[in-house]
Amino acid sequence: MATVVWWLVRQTINVRPWIAQRPIDNVYGDGALSLPPVKVGLGVFLAVATSLFALLISAYFMRMAGADWTTLAVPRGLWLNTAALTLSSVAMQWTRVAARRGRIDGVRIGLIAGGIFTFCFLAGQLWVWQQLNASGYFVAANPANAFFYLLTALHGLHLLGGLWVWGKTTAKVARGVEVGAVRLSVELCTVYWHYLLLVWLVLFALLLSTPPRQSSCTPDTIAICGVTK
Amino acid sequence: MSYVAHDESAFVRPAEVEEAELYHPKTFIGKYIWSQDAKVIGVQYAITAIAVGLVALVLSGIMRLQLGFPHTFSFINPSNYLQFVTMHGMIMVIYLLTALFLGGFGNYLIPLMIGARDMVFPYVNMISYWVYLFAVLLLMASFFVPGGSTGAGWTLYPPQAILEGTPGAHLGIILMLVSLAFFIIGFTMGGLNYVVTVLQARTRGMTLMRLPLTIWGIFMATILALLAFPALFVSAIMMTLDQTLGTSFFIPALVSRGEHLDYSGGSPILFQHLFWFFGHPEVYIVALPAFGIVSDLIAVHARKNIFGYRMMVWAIVAIGGLSFIVWAHHMYVSGMNPYFGFFFATTTLIIAVPTALKVYNWVLTLWRGNIHFTVPMLFAIGFIFTFVNGGLTGLFLGNVPIDLPLSKTMFVVAHFHMVMAVSPVLVVFGAIYHWYPKVTGRMLNDSIGKFHFWVTFLGTYAIYFPMHYLGFLGVPRRYYAIQNLDFIPPSAQSLNVVITIAALVVGAVQLVFLYNLVWSYFKGKPSGDNPWQATTLEWQTAHTPPTHGNFGSTLPVVYRWAYDFSVPGAETDFIPQNQPPSKKAGSTEET
Repeated sequence: MATVVWWLVRQTINVRPWIAQRPIDNVYGDGALSLPPVKVGLGVFLAVATSLFALLISAYFMRMAGADWTTLAVPRGLWLNTAALTLSSVAMQWTRVAARRGRIDGVRIGLIAGGIFTFCFLAGQLWVWQQLNASGYFVAANPANAFFYLLTALHGLHLLGGLWVWGKTTAKVARGVEVGAVRLSVELCTVYWHYLLLVWLVLFALLLSTPPRQSSCTPDTIAICGVTK
Repeated sequence: MSYVAHDESAFVRPAEVEEAELYHPKTFIGKYIWSQDAKVIGVQYAITAIAVGLVALVLSGIMRLQLGFPHTFSFINPSNYLQFVTMHGMIMVIYLLTALFLGGFGNYLIPLMIGARDMVFPYVNMISYWVYLFAVLLLMASFFVPGGSTGAGWTLYPPQAILEGTPGAHLGIILMLVSLAFFIIGFTMGGLNYVVTVLQARTRGMTLMRLPLTIWGIFMATILALLAFPALFVSAIMMTLDQTLGTSFFIPALVSRGEHLDYSGGSPILFQHLFWFFGHPEVYIVALPAFGIVSDLIAVHARKNIFGYRMMVWAIVAIGGLSFIVWAHHMYVSGMNPYFGFFFATTTLIIAVPTALKVYNWVLTLWRGNIHFTVPMLFAIGFIFTFVNGGLTGLFLGNVPIDLPLSKTMFVVAHFHMVMAVSPVLVVFGAIYHWYPKVTGRMLNDSIGKFHFWVTFLGTYAIYFPMHYLGFLGVPRRYYAIQNLDFIPPSAQSLNVVITIAALVVGAVQLVFLYNLVWSYFKGKPSGDNPWQATTLEWQTAHTPPTHGNFGSTLPVVYRWAYDFSVPGAETDFIPQNQPPSKKAGSTEET
């Protein structure tokens, strides 16, 4: 949306379209971004995912005002998981650099390392779930728990989607294709991994910063908080 | 209108592609079932959407039978009446209009109108349709599960949506929510295609400011949908968890039928915010493609350039942006803080400005135009009338003090149907009459089309005009029967009878339209490539219907905007977008 508005403010309504005929010199279409369509597609998808997580976070804040909210004690395992996801992102970045330099060995190692760290992260998340469940933090016991399970599940599902593309790319590399054949896929995977790391850091910060009890509803905000008097 | 000299460098070699590179499926299944051709996918979307829309039309007929002749039909009871209301609303808004405008017209028209061979991700596009079909089947399945489909109203407000006593509070609501989630996943796949195709796959010379307004409308509506649907997705998942796992996202502490439920502290208002953060942009997800299409219909059939093209584009974008900050005007009756109400009333009234600009520009396009009263034009003019009527009552309801007493009445039903149901459906009909020749190679029967238009247009006014008065009288909406409401005079029931008869007639005449679609497919007059003498690229294809790859081995090159109609000095009253500027001696229109 911001891109569209930015582009639009550069246009003027004074120009008469029927005389605005200029030479045609762009092979792919005038005004097209000089990027592969799949890269633009990923950008649009990330906008959709941002909308999804932003709305969830808004819902988190609004629901937090409820009297029954008991903030979840952040499990220590999440620090380990965060480290694993960060390492996976670093590995993907390393892969991207290797792909740019044409080093297929580096790509192979980087992809495998990135995948292993990602699987570690996902396994770690499941382990945290299991721990919480065993400690009595059931999904329905408190809205804070429910939000934790929901946010981590959706984030994990996005990572699984990324792993599907990662799997296809890694299989190609395993078959011995040229580095040029996977360069774009590697680049897209890297961007996606960085994005999901960023989302996770925001979610993790949200969990860490949530005060033990929250009651921010004043009479002025009572309607939007949805709390009855 | 004057033309400037054109640079010789504009004459560029067209993009060519080897015949072997074009997508040519060999089998029937590859061509028509698992097709990756956007045109076929568009038709698949359209047929599915219209089929499910017919189900919703029948449901509305049953509802009107009940309202017009209460206690007459034994198969209608309070429970299934609410189920019909709910399913009618949800099907029409999401599964018919959204799917038809974006999945149907979007798929068929985007590649053709921008000079592309196909969508940029054809495989994902194909999956998009099949996920949509799965969502439709899930929704239809909810009619047959124990308890039936949900009767929570199309807004699915908690807590009643999942409480005992509401029809379909178990499997019905779950199927509805899961179906919506799948619809959104499918739409996101399609939506990525529409946006990226418009951005990246335009042919040479097709600048954004030379795009037909149809494409602008679909493009902007897709962006809105991609950003707004996640709100519905989130709320669908959260309510599913409330229903199945017993979480309390939306459900407060409750005593239901004397029993304390396990829920605590959930916020129904949170659901309303999420729902309407999707719900209001949804109005424009449907309206913007209609705005775009009607602009093109008016220009083509009035043989006149669209008035204020750039202003129209600006208005589309402005409406799209504003549509995200008006959502809570649907929630005035939720106990909202008056300052919030003031804010949302203000933004609601501001959005009328770009909308009104568009209406003025349509009318100014018609002004002194060479108006051909073809069937598409009739529907386009019908749309302008209906949209103005529906829009004006929207200004009433946008104000908090007027909305509060009217919110629960039939006035809202009348307003909503004028602006969001009849208006876009008139455009859908106009668009089908306009583009059917390109899709099939045959014209729709003109006499049947005019009969269809007049009965539909006048019939819908017979339905919804009196409904405003019912609203003023205080007749409540959603009620199965009006009983023990002394302030409602008996004449309201007479009006209800008239409305029901009109609704049944309008419903029946749609069968005539369907007959026309089928009859003309076999017996209609051959249309030729460009029966309306239109300028846009879809009418300039070498074959009608267009073959795979749309334009054969050579893509068209665009030299002008989409609205060169009745250009002074030109030999014909239209100049296609791909016609190079001529150097004809004595020609004054262009050099």
